[in-house]
Amino acid sequence: MSDFSRNPQLNRLLGIDGLLTEDEREVQALVRRFCDDQVRPHLPTWYDEATVPARELAKGLGDLGLLGMHLEGYGCAGSTATTYGIACHELEAADSGIRSLVSVQGSLAMFAIWRWGSEEQKNEWLPRMAAGEAIGCFGLTEPDFGSDPGGMRTFAKRDGDDWVLNGTKMWITNGSVADVAVVWAQTDDKIRGFVVPTDTPGFTATEVTKKMSLRASVTAELSLVDVRLPADAVFPEVRGLKGPLSCLSEARFGIVFGSIGAARDSLETAIDYAESRKVFGKPLGGYQLTQGKLADMTLEVSKGMLLALHLGRLKDGDGVTPEQISLGKLNNCREAIAVARECRTILGANGISTEYSPIRHAGNLESVMTYEGTSEVHQLVIGNALTGEPAFR
Amino acid sequence: MNIVVCVKHVPDAQGERGFSDDNTTDRENVDGLLSELDEYAVEAALKITEAEGGEVTALTVGPADAVDAVKKALQMGADKAVHVSDDAIAGSDALATSLILAEAIKKVGQPDIVLFGLASTDGGMSVVPAMVAERLGLPQVTQVSTLEVADGNVTGRRDSDVASETLVASIPAVVSVTDQINEPRYPSFKGIMAAKKKPVEEMSLGDLGVDAGQVGLDNASTKVLDTTKRPPREQGEVITDEGDGGKKLVEFLAGQKLI
Ligand SMILES: Cc1cc2nc3c(=O)[nH]c(=O)nc-3n(C[C@H](O)[C@H](O)[C@@H](O)COP(=O)(O)OP(=O)(O)OC[C@H]3O[C@@H](n4cnc5c(N)ncnc54)[C@H](O)[C@@H]3O)c2cc1C
Ligand SMILES: Cc1cc2nc3c(=O)[nH]c(=O)nc-3n(C[C@H](O)[C@H](O)[C@H](O)COP(=O)(O)OP(=O)(O)OC[C@H]3O[C@@H](n4cnc5c(N)ncnc54)[C@H](O)[C@@H]3O)c2cc1C
Repeated sequence: MSDFSRNPQLNRLLGIDGLLTEDEREVQALVRRFCDDQVRPHLPTWYDEATVPARELAKGLGDLGLLGMHLEGYGCAGSTATTYGIACHELEAADSGIRSLVSVQGSLAMFAIWRWGSEEQKNEWLPRMAAGEAIGCFGLTEPDFGSDPGGMRTFAKRDGDDWVLNGTKMWITNGSVADVAVVWAQTDDKIRGFVVPTDTPGFTATEVTKKMSLRASVTAELSLVDVRLPADAVFPEVRGLKGPLSCLSEARFGIVFGSIGAARDSLETAIDYAESRKVFGKPLGGYQLTQGKLADMTLEVSKGMLLALHLGRLKDGDGVTPEQISLGKLNNCREAIAVARECRTILGANGISTEYSPIRHAGNLESVMTYEGTSEVHQLVIGNALTGEPAFR
Repeated sequence: MNIVVCVKHVPDAQGERGFSDDNTTDRENVDGLLSELDEYAVEAALKITEAEGGEVTALTVGPADAVDAVKKALQMGADKAVHVSDDAIAGSDALATSLILAEAIKKVGQPDIVLFGLASTDGGMSVVPAMVAERLGLPQVTQVSTLEVADGNVTGRRDSDVASETLVASIPAVVSVTDQINEPRYPSFKGIMAAKKKPVEEMSLGDLGVDAGQVGLDNASTKVLDTTKRPPREQGEVITDEGDGGKKLVEFLAGQKLI
């Protein structure tokens, strides 16, 4: 079993270990070991070259049982939400891109099929996805509709028993490596979800390049031109935004834990560096300005982790509301990016090299702060919960 | 094919390892784990039963915490575990350890194969497998980097600096494996959950019919009289080149009688 933080002093201050169950600590140790062996040594190169061996990683993550781990049945592990959160935390301590792969697979694509799919859809896809043999993606956002997905233009038209889909989805994680896409589209009867095998004629995915963030993650544009699907490709029951939003709530939950992982890893790196780097004849960590930074960042990591655990315990207990998850997503992404940036300053010029994690985390967190609802959107969600006055439009 | 795999709980090499007052390995003040070289033995056992069917039993001898070593084996996929623990065992030497292991293996029921790692990462004597084989009267195929089970035989290759030997023995047999034999799996999350439900049988010396007078520090055939920590490395000498660097370097080497 490993300590919550790899830095003994930080670990003692945070005192998180005592709040975790044995399972949670074992999962953290398991994920940490996997990342140390299979992920961390390659990250500087993956990030630099904007490549990631998604298939190979999915297989490894599937073998560990991390894909859809919080779902019951169909080859999924059936863990608590908090245990899943801890796994996300430790994955994102390595890189937000790797955590994104797991979030999109488990919380978006698999959760959508698990929650809204027919028995046949579940049996066809979930066991292979849990094993990492099939990769899934989740197509909601469009070039012109992100925060306001209700405006989407992708349309599914009935043709006899078949469905015919046309439209474009943008910024889709895992899009060009996926075997199956969960695509949300307008129909004559509200928004509905479709299970689209990516080898269906008319479906193409083009990787998005020139990204300055989440470079160790595949992002793609999906184009659907007369994609013809059988009648049973649609999610039978769910109509309207409730479908996709239920999935987003799941993925956001993972981000609440994950973002603090990126912050923690940045902070551990900065503390180490401050101890060993000498400036003006003594260690950088011996200066009050540096200590002030480290102390303030430790507060935010501590508070963020406590908030994450609080939401986890609620979710595993009486239940958590989407608005409560918004509190966690807003706070933890905002503070994590601030911590990563501040850590980068402590590393001086080394701080701009991907050989050290803080700038990579800071870059990644720009995406994490944006997807699954931007900070502004979560402010509006919380504002609405407090005042009863929706201010989205 | 039923297999007993012997796994040792050792102090984590990442931590501060040291000795207790009686010159035995300090097992109290450090975190312990399954000796990493024994993971290869567990993996080898799992590979065989996955192909041939049968059960893997993980066996450890050690204090209360040593149960973590068999738990790890259960998480990786072993079916059940035995933990032999008794205050009288503390400080046992290799002879005593092998006696307890041999009796525990008999108690479990005669397995087809008894698997061991190459050496423990603390004591590191590599003798326990041979001693256990001798006590059980079984053939031994030790320190192999390949392992095949077919037609009632185990076959393995032992690589040395000068030659590779292929060894074969009839089953039942004792086998120890090196870290070249396989890539041990990670315990999966499902494995961690499943391990909680797997049985761990606790045994004392009494259960095994071993007399306390045959084991423990006081009855060891050898005794560690003294231990000294290796002194920390001294800081090297830095020679600043002020035009005479080469000369100073030669002087230094000559002073050390290296040239
Ligand atoms: C500094 C020092 C000096 C020592 N000197 C002596 C000495 O001179 N003579 C002496 O007899 N002992 C001595 N001991 C004690 C001895 O090393 C171990 O306690 C004893 O168990 C021998 O096993 P090993 O760890 O060397 O195992 P190895 O023979 O290296 O282990 C091989 C394999 O046997 C199995 N195995 C070993 N121990 C266990 C266990 N407890 N439970 C389950 N499986 C196990 C594992 O599969 C392991 O991979 C000394 C110990 C120390 C620390
Ligand atoms: C790396 C990456 C991966 C992604 N992966 C996926 C995926 O797998 N699947 C998927 O469907 N989507 C994915 N997305 C898309 C992501 O969810 C959207 O980018 C996000 O929802 C924001 O939408 P937008 O980019 O269209 O921004 P816009 O909605 O255009 O927002 C622009 C700005 O306006 C602000 N704003 C919006 N509405 C309001 C308002 N009412 N009041 C005040 N300010 C407002 C926003 O906060 C933001 O600052 C991904 C994005 C990225 C960057």
